[in-house]
Amino acid sequence: MSTDLITLTAAQTAAVVADGSASAVEVAQAHLDRIGAVDGRVHAFLHVDTAGALTAAAAVDAARASGATLGPLAGVPLALKDVLTQKGIPTTCGSRILEGWRPPYDATVTARLKVAGVVILGKTNMDEFAMGSSTEHSAYGPTHNPWDLERIPGGSGGGSAAAVAAFEAPLAIGTDTGGSIRQPAAVTGTVGVKPTYGAVSRYGLVALASSLDQAGPCARTVLDTALLHAVIAGHDPMDSTSADVAVPDVVGAALRADVKGLRVGVVTELGGEGYQAGVRQRFDETVELLTSLGAEVVEVSCPHFPYALGAYYLILPSEASSNLAKFDGVRFGLRVGEDDGNPSIEQVMGRTRAAGFGPETIRRIMLGTYALSAGYYDAYYGSAQKVRTLIQRDFAAAFDQVDVLISPTAPTTAFKLGEKLDDPLAMYLNDVATIPANLAGTPGMSLPIGLAPEDGLPVGLQIMAPAMADDRLYNVGAAVEAALLDRWGHPILEEAPTL
Amino acid sequence: MADTPSITRDDVAHLARLARIDLPPESLDHYAEQLGVILGAVAQVSEVATADVPPTSHPLPLVNVFREDVVRPSLTNAEALSGAPSVESERFRVPRILDEE
Amino acid sequence: MSTHVAETVVDYDDVVARFDPVLGLEVHVELGTVTKMFCGCPTDFGAAPNTQVCPVCLGLPGALPAVNAVAVESAIRIGLALHCSIAEWCRFARKNYFYPDMPKNFQTSQYDEPIAFDGYLDVEVETDEGMRTFRIEIERAHMEEDTGKTSHQGGATGRIHGADYSLIDYNRAGIPLIEIVTKPVPDTGKYAPDVARAYVTALRELVRGLGVSDVKMEQGSLRCDANVSLRRTPSDPLGTRTETKNVNSLRSVERAVRYEMTRQAAVLDAGGRVVQETRHWHEDTGVTTSGREKSDADDYRYFPEPDLVPIAPSREWVEDLRAALPENPAVRQTRLKAAWGISDFEMASVVNAGALDLVEDTVALGSDQGAARKWWTGELARIANERGVELHDLPITATDVARVETLVGAGALNDKLARQVIEGVLAGEGTPDEVVAARGLAVVSDDGPLLAAIDDALAAAPDVAEKIRGGKVAAAGAIVGAVMKATRGQADAAKVRALLLERLGVTED
Repeated sequence: MSTDLITLTAAQTAAVVADGSASAVEVAQAHLDRIGAVDGRVHAFLHVDTAGALTAAAAVDAARASGATLGPLAGVPLALKDVLTQKGIPTTCGSRILEGWRPPYDATVTARLKVAGVVILGKTNMDEFAMGSSTEHSAYGPTHNPWDLERIPGGSGGGSAAAVAAFEAPLAIGTDTGGSIRQPAAVTGTVGVKPTYGAVSRYGLVALASSLDQAGPCARTVLDTALLHAVIAGHDPMDSTSADVAVPDVVGAALRADVKGLRVGVVTELGGEGYQAGVRQRFDETVELLTSLGAEVVEVSCPHFPYALGAYYLILPSEASSNLAKFDGVRFGLRVGEDDGNPSIEQVMGRTRAAGFGPETIRRIMLGTYALSAGYYDAYYGSAQKVRTLIQRDFAAAFDQVDVLISPTAPTTAFKLGEKLDDPLAMYLNDVATIPANLAGTPGMSLPIGLAPEDGLPVGLQIMAPAMADDRLYNVGAAVEAALLDRWGHPILEEAPTL
Repeated sequence: MADTPSITRDDVAHLARLARIDLPPESLDHYAEQLGVILGAVAQVSEVATADVPPTSHPLPLVNVFREDVVRPSLTNAEALSGAPSVESERFRVPRILDEE
Repeated sequence: MSTHVAETVVDYDDVVARFDPVLGLEVHVELGTVTKMFCGCPTDFGAAPNTQVCPVCLGLPGALPAVNAVAVESAIRIGLALHCSIAEWCRFARKNYFYPDMPKNFQTSQYDEPIAFDGYLDVEVETDEGMRTFRIEIERAHMEEDTGKTSHQGGATGRIHGADYSLIDYNRAGIPLIEIVTKPVPDTGKYAPDVARAYVTALRELVRGLGVSDVKMEQGSLRCDANVSLRRTPSDPLGTRTETKNVNSLRSVERAVRYEMTRQAAVLDAGGRVVQETRHWHEDTGVTTSGREKSDADDYRYFPEPDLVPIAPSREWVEDLRAALPENPAVRQTRLKAAWGISDFEMASVVNAGALDLVEDTVALGSDQGAARKWWTGELARIANERGVELHDLPITATDVARVETLVGAGALNDKLARQVIEGVLAGEGTPDEVVAARGLAVVSDDGPLLAAIDDALAAAPDVAEKIRGGKVAAAGAIVGAVMKATRGQADAAKVRALLLERLGVTED
């Protein structure tokens, strides 16, 4: 029973809870048991809220017993990235500086999940303050890729992706600032979506780069991500950058899964050199697949995409240097060095931040501090904001020609833990294909398109759409997913080694 | 910005002061080297960031998002102080403050 | 108490004979909105510590700001009243620096895109040549947020230096502020301190008239930083300026500017250079002391606030707000001057005492304008000054003053008694009628006690009585005075005089 429950999709889980063939408590317990069995090796979770999860599940069962109509994800367990606040539950952002902090409020995403009857199992591991592509920058140790425990699960949302891939939860929430949902999805064989900027409230999402951050769904199927997208998206007056528009019918699009006559653009600049051969091979096969499904595939150039990485590594550190200033040991979190001599608060702040932040966080704070400094602002931050305009124009021109754009999600499959840890530039290159969508605010999805022949590890396809046209991602993604499932005869995660 | 900027040990120390991070002196050279490499790589943005291109600060073109001047519930004093490292008399306690009066 | 010793200063007349001062004034107005700038916490003054706070204004991880519509509207109205242009598009910016009273360690403010810019405010100052109008050009008015309040514990003084630790209350953090910055104000010469005071006074009246703030300097809802520099002649480039903070009353504005002029002159005379720095005004000792030197630590790394979208006030909105502005203060003064039949100088006295509203209200309640002005710009202004508070903040209203004047007009009070009633009201003894009743302050009009008092006075001064009988009526004043004294001022002097002369059988010439 237990094993069956953890392999169900979210849609299936909701169905069995709704029809009474399993209780929400049984479902939650099955996942808690799975976490207990495998998370010692995967380390997807930083905190498991057993009591809270069972209480929430019991509430769903009680609602069902009272005859209430359950929402489409009621009783479905979920893993929440530890960058979103949940009232009373430890929220660390993978950082020592927030160790033990229990926020006095729920993020809007968290509140929406609770209202929908989604059962939050716990908080997932991440690169500190979402800075990284491997989850190795977590202060609490890395997460391991369920496909190969010696490899990275991607980052920064490696915990959320690994939890889903390891069947510890059918659903997870990630956040994506430069690819932190999509790249982990790609390297773990799961589906992840970065919605249009402004589609999902950032209230309660501990900011890395405010103008880039966006929370989104992680799951094992495109339909599951669509169902979760529909629950968390929508206007929120608490987030002034939240778009006051109707959420596109993403679930309907995922069910439609029809690309006949759709114009698909392959981005010239996101492929070729620097991309692993097996990644390129699976991507090329997918292009053929789309053609065979009736899509019209053309090549489209986005000439400024090669400048996206540079712009991103100026804008992100600049905003982050300011967003992370509040971590000073005054109102919450860690305080260090108060008893050493008779220090001033200024000294205590400096000691606290030096002790509480890891090296990558410090690097980026320093970089951002530099880029915003008087005398450098125009050359760095100002120029980066101009590149942002150029990237938006590239997208606009491309979407004049095609309905969606596609590329490999990441240049390589999962690399070995430790391989790029002290080489920031090499690490940054993992996000080269995902960053343009963050700079432009447009939505993107990653879904698995097979295993690279050379290493047997998952490869991801990235689909990009115009702002507010998130439904196109789900339509195309579901069509590709269905065709591949047909070809393979089973979901890709069945190829993963048993944990 | 045609040349790759060189970041010195003193630059790093200055940035660390601005960012209120008490870096150990022995780490300054390492950070200087890494920041120099990263800045060298990202400096390419200036190649296309010409005067005729307007900057974009916000991805969505929203304007005039306002809140009505209506009270929402505040936290209780206990909630407000719940995460603080040190409190006294319903307030946040901090070591002595240097700087100005 | 601070023990700051005055630095060497130059005599003021000597300073203005040899130097040309240039002013710059930065005024922060705390808006009277119901909620804070970026969150829905209330802004009530004096609430228990850290009870008007939420994740947003505490800067908790994950919280986001949302702009208060009324604060934006107030900023635009202030801008319009100052004849400013209103930005068609502007943004908030983050000003980054670490300070424990600032929850996010950046202040959400505006940088190079203020909501209002390029305006002016005309102020009247009395000069040797009569009243003169100084036009103060406004560079900008922008929106920002206030900080929390820190109290320093331990140590000998309760001040920051020598304190063992500090306690922070964030109730004030996030309250909306409008910062109004002048362009450099040249050509004020020896009147620089008066112009500074007149500007802050006029600005305060203007903001009060808009109803957007209670502008109480002693509660900090109006705060002034005074920038002063000196140069040898008006054709020289601007000298190095200092920025004096903690100037928390109108009188202090004037005194602080004057002190800085004399101090800087001494520095320059000694061949030194004025240091660009923040200085602190000490009300008790009347000096400024060095705060913090401007340095590379002041690299605020401004950048557009990514959590807030731009503000683009429609021209329709701006014009609606302009049309709904209250009467312009200058127009209003011209109107009242004509209605009351008073001079420019008399009007300037009223305005500079911050008494215009109060006088107008008192007159509206039936008082004579001369009497109303006399009370508010005389006795009451003097008391406010002594107490170091604003006229508006004295515990007496226009209604009280008007009532006192009504009693005087009816002969129930004389001038001396009226002062005692005012004194009683200020002492919290109640309304004028309650004070009159409680203190028994009615004019003595019964002839019996008065005649007895007159007889006593005459008996005590038989020589004076003889002179009056002899026709020296002028000598009657001494007896009247004695009677008034004996009745503790509660008699009507004219009546005493009439009774006295009747008693002695003498008639006025």
